[in-house]
Amino acid sequence: MVIDDLNAIAEAERAARKKYTLRCCMAAGCHSSNSVAVKKALEQAVKDAGLEDLVEVRGVGCMRLCCQGPLVQVDPDGTLYEKVRPEDSASLVGTLKGGTTHVQKGDPNSPFFTEQLSIVLANSGYIDPERIESYIAADGYRALHDVLREMTPKEVVDEIIKSGLRGRGGAGFPTGLKWGTVAKTESAQKYVICNADEGDPGAFMDRSVLESDPHSILEGMAIAGYAVGANQGFVYVRAEYPLAISRLQNAIKQAKQRGLLGSGIFESPFTFNIDVRIGAGAFVCGEETALMMSVEGKRGTPRPRPPFPAESGLWGCPTLINNVETFANVAPILRKGADWFASIGTEKSKGTKVFALAGKITNTGLIEVPMGTKLRDIVEKMGGGAPDGAPIKAVQTGGPSGGCIPAEALDTPVDYESLASLGSIMGSGGMIVMDDATRMVDVARFFMEFCMDESCGKCVPCRAGTVQMHSLLEKILNREATAADLQRLEELCQMVRDTSLCGLGQTAPNPVLSTLRFFRSEYEELLKKETAHNGEPRAAIR
Amino acid sequence: MAAKTLTIDGKQISAFEGATVLQAAEEAGIPIPTLCHLDGVYDIGACRICLVEVEGVAKLLPACTTRVREGMEVRTDTERLRNYRRMILELLFAERNHVCAVCVSNGHCELQTLAYEHGMDHVRYEYRFPKWDLDVTHRLYGMDHNRCILCNRCVRACWHIEGAGTKNVAGRGARAHIISDLNQPWGDSESCTSCGKCVDACPTGALFKKGATAGEMAHNRAKLEFIVTAREKKQWIASE
Amino acid sequence: MIATISNTKKNRLPEILEHASGDKRFKILEAHMKKHQFKHDALIEVLHKAQELFGYLEDDLLLFVAYKLKLPPSRVYGVATFYHFFTLKPQGAHTCVVCMGTACYVKGADKVLAAIEQAAKIKAGGTTPDNQLSLMTARCIGACGIAPAVVYDGTVTPRQTPELAVQHVKGWIDHGN
Repeated sequence: MVIDDLNAIAEAERAARKKYTLRCCMAAGCHSSNSVAVKKALEQAVKDAGLEDLVEVRGVGCMRLCCQGPLVQVDPDGTLYEKVRPEDSASLVGTLKGGTTHVQKGDPNSPFFTEQLSIVLANSGYIDPERIESYIAADGYRALHDVLREMTPKEVVDEIIKSGLRGRGGAGFPTGLKWGTVAKTESAQKYVICNADEGDPGAFMDRSVLESDPHSILEGMAIAGYAVGANQGFVYVRAEYPLAISRLQNAIKQAKQRGLLGSGIFESPFTFNIDVRIGAGAFVCGEETALMMSVEGKRGTPRPRPPFPAESGLWGCPTLINNVETFANVAPILRKGADWFASIGTEKSKGTKVFALAGKITNTGLIEVPMGTKLRDIVEKMGGGAPDGAPIKAVQTGGPSGGCIPAEALDTPVDYESLASLGSIMGSGGMIVMDDATRMVDVARFFMEFCMDESCGKCVPCRAGTVQMHSLLEKILNREATAADLQRLEELCQMVRDTSLCGLGQTAPNPVLSTLRFFRSEYEELLKKETAHNGEPRAAIR
Repeated sequence: MAAKTLTIDGKQISAFEGATVLQAAEEAGIPIPTLCHLDGVYDIGACRICLVEVEGVAKLLPACTTRVREGMEVRTDTERLRNYRRMILELLFAERNHVCAVCVSNGHCELQTLAYEHGMDHVRYEYRFPKWDLDVTHRLYGMDHNRCILCNRCVRACWHIEGAGTKNVAGRGARAHIISDLNQPWGDSESCTSCGKCVDACPTGALFKKGATAGEMAHNRAKLEFIVTAREKKQWIASE
Repeated sequence: MIATISNTKKNRLPEILEHASGDKRFKILEAHMKKHQFKHDALIEVLHKAQELFGYLEDDLLLFVAYKLKLPPSRVYGVATFYHFFTLKPQGAHTCVVCMGTACYVKGADKVLAAIEQAAKIKAGGTTPDNQLSLMTARCIGACGIAPAVVYDGTVTPRQTPELAVQHVKGWIDHGN
């Protein structure tokens, strides 16, 4: 494969385009609302109407407004149809010949769509994720070509540093710095891992990217491999995402066939292969050292850092781990330049962030907004507020590692530092809206139960501490706890946060601490009065 | 090997490059409490008892897995650390059924000793009273899961000194437990060599020699390091 | 580091291997291991395949995997019990997985689960006595846009209510079809 071949594929793909395109969402949300049958019915309807030469029916990735699926959008005029059923297809195709339809129409010019800025999701909803040609026609693999033919590995690392990209998996570590460390560590063997173990309940951004634009991840990983000097990559995906796994495997196969993975890519000396590793249901495997244990086929227990994976990772070799969204940003940065990327977002948080908007909100789905967008704009303007106009009470970000941001703080801009200052984290991008009906102590208990079940059991504070914190929260909810119990809970929270081995334990108290900070009265209302008998339970060492 | 100079609890000491903070402190006669550490097998930093404060590092670091650095300032005995250590010990006591009075290791138990040292006169957390079994199917040894603190020392001794791979951790979280082979009765284990290294590795009375009654089971923990050192330095290989 | 269990005292293995030679599924499983060159790091992939073929991971199957991959049985058992996805007990003919992710939870997944538990008279994680239905919960299936979601026999079904869910599993509980 040389650049002319790439251009030829793109040209052929563009030339094959027809006057109308019916884009039909095939990502998980719409998929489970029967979009496969809708696509089939549309294809049949096109055939029946004799419009095959004019109309293409294309299965595409996530079109974002998941709550209204299955979604179908018509090009070139952009009409958006919602909740499409297979039996609607004839009338829908009929509109192309001047007919009318009763299918519910969405508004592509509503703030939910217009306030978005797409980098990671730029192809999502437009290209066919099952066909590499569709990705190539959208300038796919061009960045990989330019990097391999025109840049040194160091120049690639410098470009990423200059862009200001930070890890999208949660903590926000500067990506370029990480790449630089791996690149500088001497070793005959290095690895690149894509963390697609999106375990936060309420988050489905990475899933959508994998389902909608798998090649962008492969391209990002290959560029990273070139930059750090690795020839083997792994994508670690949750077993709960079968559709993402099959699209990824399909994409790898196609890229190999086209010579875009394998040896001598673009006739350069660079070799890069990618294998998929499937998780088996363990939240802790999102932690990078636990993930590597799992890739090695072992129990996914984390180990102390340092040594960091960049120095000693998979099988003791230097290993670069980034998450899905981070890799998805790589090709666009190299295609459009670090300066372009750095011009988006805030001073310390560059680019965009994808959020999965869910919970008690009118428009549930996927959004991508510039860093620094106000939470209020996301929740009220784009999300349309809570259904039935109920008042919003809090927004939960960062899943079990994050916190609840109260309605009063909705004017906070979304960036790493602002969210951290509120006791929450950016996390991978789950954003759950809660209304007045949600009891915050119950939410804290929900997350603590999650952490308790997901604790690997290796270190004492997380294994035994989450159990005790959970039982104290239950005690509070049962109105059996005293002020002394609440104090004990707070002390435990601090201890588990400060002493746990890995991120799971260190952040497990966050939902409790943040709800205590902003909704303390809800805890206190549940306490019972202290008496002489229910102070500290006393039991000597027996 | 190059030497590094560092300060532990205000005392200037030197240590070999590559040494852990725990090794450096030990050599300088500064005690740091440990539980999952065992001389002779690699460290995993799991029990968090040996956490220390390092100047300029926000997080607490386990002394057993943290390497010395030039100019490092380490504190091993602050009020916060003592407080956290006591809480960790309380969590362990509340987690399973530790009844010292009837334990074979009463008086020789690392957990008990640490509890005394840290002035743990009562447990502030709810005792869980889980139902765990006693496995006395092995000809020579027994395992009482009620006394296990999941320090993993038996597993590491079994895999890395004996090389049998009999013991392992199964399950996870609070349900994690030590198994033999496919979670079989120890006596049915087909891989166990009955070497007893796991028993010597155990810090509590969870693993014991059969026939020992309350207070009789003293573990010979130094024996494991002796074997490993002898093997690594080839001390027992005759040189003609 | 790795011991084999080929010279065992109890000798359960020859029996297992003999049984395996007459069962096509073991052949498929072994071919899968061969595809991974019997590498130790393929253990999780192999267990996925074993569960797909046999429905659940019984002791003999784990022992077979341990023998073929030359891993101590305790390693195989330790891994099989670490991950939620693997089950060591047989599953019912039908499965119902209630997603308990945050989005589903705030939209009432707990009530959906309670309704199914009550109707089927089993708790989450259990199987009905007639082996017709296994009820499970998931941490998050990533279908938050259509919460609360329930997976019936592998099919993700959106926007469930207690009534809809009970209706869905009713046939499996009542006469086990």
